[in-house]
Amino acid sequence: MSINAPRDLCPPTPERWQTVVGLEVHCELRTATKMFCSCRAAFGDEPNTNVCPVCLGLPGSLPVLNKMAVELAVRIGVALHCEVRPSIFHRKNYFYPDMPKDYQISQYDAPINVGGWLELVDGSRVGIERAHMEEDTGKSTHVGGGGRIYDALYSLVDYNRAGVPLVEIVSAPDIRSAAQARSYVNELRGILMATGASDGKMEEGSVRVDANVSVRRAGTDPYGTRCEVKNLNSLRSLGHAIDFEAARQVELLESGGRVVQETRHWDEATACTHPLRSKEEAYDYRYFPEPDLVPLAPSPEWVATVSASLPPMPAERRARLRGLDGLDDPALAGRVATVVELGLEELVLGAAAAGADPRRALNLAANELAANPSAARSLDPAGFVGLVAMSATLSATQAKAVLAEMLEAGGDPAEIARRRGFEGLAAAALAAALDAAIAANPEQWDRYLAGEDKVAGLFVGAVMRSTSGRADGKAVTALLRARRASLVS
Amino acid sequence: MDTALDIAVEVRSGRRSAREVLDEHLSRIEVREPEIHAFNLVTTDWARAAADRIDNLVKAGGDPGPLAGVPIALKDNLCTRGVGTTASSRILEGWCPPYSATVVERVIAAGAIPLGKTNLDEFAMGSSTESSAFGPTHNPHDLTRVPGGSSGGSAAAVAAGFVPLALGSDTGGSIRQPAALCGVVGVKPTYGLVSRYGLIAFASSLDQIGPFAATVADAAALLEVIAGGDPADSTCVDCPPPDLQSCLLQGVEGLRIGVITELAGAEGIASDVAARLFAAAEALTDAGAKVEEASVPAAIHGLAAYYLLAPAEASSNLARYDGVRYGLRVDGPPRDPAGRGQPEQAADIGAMYGATRAAGFGPEVKRRIMLGTFALSAGYYDAYYGQAQRVRTLIIDSFAAAYRHFDALIAPTTPTTAFRIGAKVADPWTMYCCDICTIPSNLAGHPAMSVPYGAGDDGLPVGVQVLAPALGEPVMFRVAAALERSL
Repeated sequence: MSINAPRDLCPPTPERWQTVVGLEVHCELRTATKMFCSCRAAFGDEPNTNVCPVCLGLPGSLPVLNKMAVELAVRIGVALHCEVRPSIFHRKNYFYPDMPKDYQISQYDAPINVGGWLELVDGSRVGIERAHMEEDTGKSTHVGGGGRIYDALYSLVDYNRAGVPLVEIVSAPDIRSAAQARSYVNELRGILMATGASDGKMEEGSVRVDANVSVRRAGTDPYGTRCEVKNLNSLRSLGHAIDFEAARQVELLESGGRVVQETRHWDEATACTHPLRSKEEAYDYRYFPEPDLVPLAPSPEWVATVSASLPPMPAERRARLRGLDGLDDPALAGRVATVVELGLEELVLGAAAAGADPRRALNLAANELAANPSAARSLDPAGFVGLVAMSATLSATQAKAVLAEMLEAGGDPAEIARRRGFEGLAAAALAAALDAAIAANPEQWDRYLAGEDKVAGLFVGAVMRSTSGRADGKAVTALLRARRASLVS
Repeated sequence: MDTALDIAVEVRSGRRSAREVLDEHLSRIEVREPEIHAFNLVTTDWARAAADRIDNLVKAGGDPGPLAGVPIALKDNLCTRGVGTTASSRILEGWCPPYSATVVERVIAAGAIPLGKTNLDEFAMGSSTESSAFGPTHNPHDLTRVPGGSSGGSAAAVAAGFVPLALGSDTGGSIRQPAALCGVVGVKPTYGLVSRYGLIAFASSLDQIGPFAATVADAAALLEVIAGGDPADSTCVDCPPPDLQSCLLQGVEGLRIGVITELAGAEGIASDVAARLFAAAEALTDAGAKVEEASVPAAIHGLAAYYLLAPAEASSNLARYDGVRYGLRVDGPPRDPAGRGQPEQAADIGAMYGATRAAGFGPEVKRRIMLGTFALSAGYYDAYYGQAQRVRTLIIDSFAAAYRHFDALIAPTTPTTAFRIGAKVADPWTMYCCDICTIPSNLAGHPAMSVPYGAGDDGLPVGVQVLAPALGEPVMFRVAAALERSL
């Protein structure tokens, strides 16, 4: 079956089907050196310059485990609430030119981190089956043909990446939509960066995602046959690929077909998945314990030390914000997440502690500070507290202007507002300005009372003009509604 | 012939130059090497430079090391920087490693003179040196016979007097068996006592580098130099090298020594070989040891377990010889996707892998890669690899039980004296049975060594094997030295 429909024409998953997704995320660890040798683990160097007998797999060379890689793997495990266990390395045997030894040192049935979970922004949890260590391969560039190894004219291999330490994080099949998958990867990236294990860059390949996608009839228990989708280089392609693949499978099943378990390649250009390997080439990796390495048994004391050194993870930081008065509201979850992601929650927490309204503080941080997070992080907390306190009497536009000046030149918000003439408009003054606007436009007022909402803008505009922009548009709208409600009822 | 220790004393004292010692050995090689073929490569220039360095050091009053001026032969599966290293395989012909094995660095630092790379069974897979891609080595005691293997070149080089010392590797008996057949001392140390860094892997969990020498004392001196922790090998024991030479004169009085009945009486053990073992037992009794029969029941299952585990690891270790990065590359036939007899594209990667490995590996290596690939395959893993690992545990337990009653054990090294070249080539199973007495120590990770102990009915050398528990090299050398003195 071939589906070449452009992305926009892909039918959405019908309601009676449920999409089931499990994600495998490969994370390159930010160690100075490779997993089993002392070559630099760096991105973007001249090809084949960070290589030695070990990472080139030369005859007679032997791997020696990088302790820092183990520490970062443990950090990831702890951050994902996994159990950190004694583990061993296995060899995964298969031939490929970018694998110098033609086997990959990985972990198989005794991985270092087992059984954890991750909490998404909406509060839902996705299970983590395992987070194991393995070495990266080199990078192939296939020249000519279709850019794939089997029809290329020739292939170039850069072994700089060979032997760079990875942690592969395997989720449970708990994800139910493309949006949730994106949210999961985004959350995981936040955690990986917080642990210091990764720079989180999907575009540079530091974080790589494969999706196992299946569909089942809603309300049934057994999982459908899954396909593994590879080549997902951004959150965008992850979402599109899951939607496409689920739709493909649904269409196949509804037309009486059967899903074949296979690996499929996401093609960004055509926005389709197509089979990567035929069944005939199904690999038997012939895993067996790596005899060149000894079992890894981190002491509980060391794991405790590593664990204690971890900063709070994003979910924990969000929980602190949600703990503020009025912020534990699902409608605010997005703003809470933004503030945490940008590292601005201390400002909000500080403002709340100083007695400012947490909701106003959150809104200011999520809406106004987000535009320039790096400057915002160096904002004087006392100044922010002052701004939040004043924001009740400033319009959104005015608050933004004050904040912009604070970020650029510093200074006290009250002083800036005074200098700019942004004095708060008293309720009485606002009411008077609205009265004047109604008096000047009686016909439109009747239409508004008759329910024609779009004329509200005329009154808001008139009030803004008569107050030289000092009025808060939202406050004017609210006042209009209140007047109508009292007159009409 | 001078022992290594004699040479070192003379060179260190300046009574003899390293260059002079080297030239004597080179002239012996010139005479007999054409008929023996112990070497894949004689490294004359490298040796001369090393000898000159030692002589200058002695003249300058520096310390040239414990093996000063002693010529040494290196099995050609030990990497030597800038010097061709082939593992006696076409697939590595012409390859020059950019680094040296840790043991090579250590012997050179100790003052030894690297005189050449010795022949072996291809990738150390064999018991006769006949599977070498470069032709067999001949036993110096009888040129129609094999020297044993896989380290046959190293054993023959010592037996022929080409070098007083040589290094070999032992995965299932590849040092001890050729040592026995060539009438020299050969030691397989405890797994992890000697760094494997730079040893071209055959079966990583079994491979161990060890010395060949004409005397037990020389072997002890060489083992002291190569032993000890190495940060480049994670499986290496982090401990200082053992003091062995001081053990040699301690004697065996009061030691409890067991004769492994299951190996002494194993099927295929020739009566003349068994007779030498019992003579050795008697000599140890005379020297004051308490010698009794010992039972290691699981030892006899070692052979079967070994021929699953070693090929399994080999199938993975040898995957890297794929023509992509180094060594032989043979392009496959060009592709003809349309089947019109008009190849349109270059050969694909799979065809290149196949053609390279078909041309580069000999039949024994291919046989073991296939055996090992099968043993690890999904659906067979537990019945073959898994079962063999369980047998390995049984063997370890069986030895542990024996060592509760004995300080050391003795056994035959080989079932027979050296057999004729070509006699077992057509029958792999018979060839594999050559290692029945040596394999258990590899599976257990324990040390074992072969000491020459007279001759068989055909006048050819017979070895007696001394076994000890892990890191039991001191007691093993005491027993070996006592046997040597009793001759």
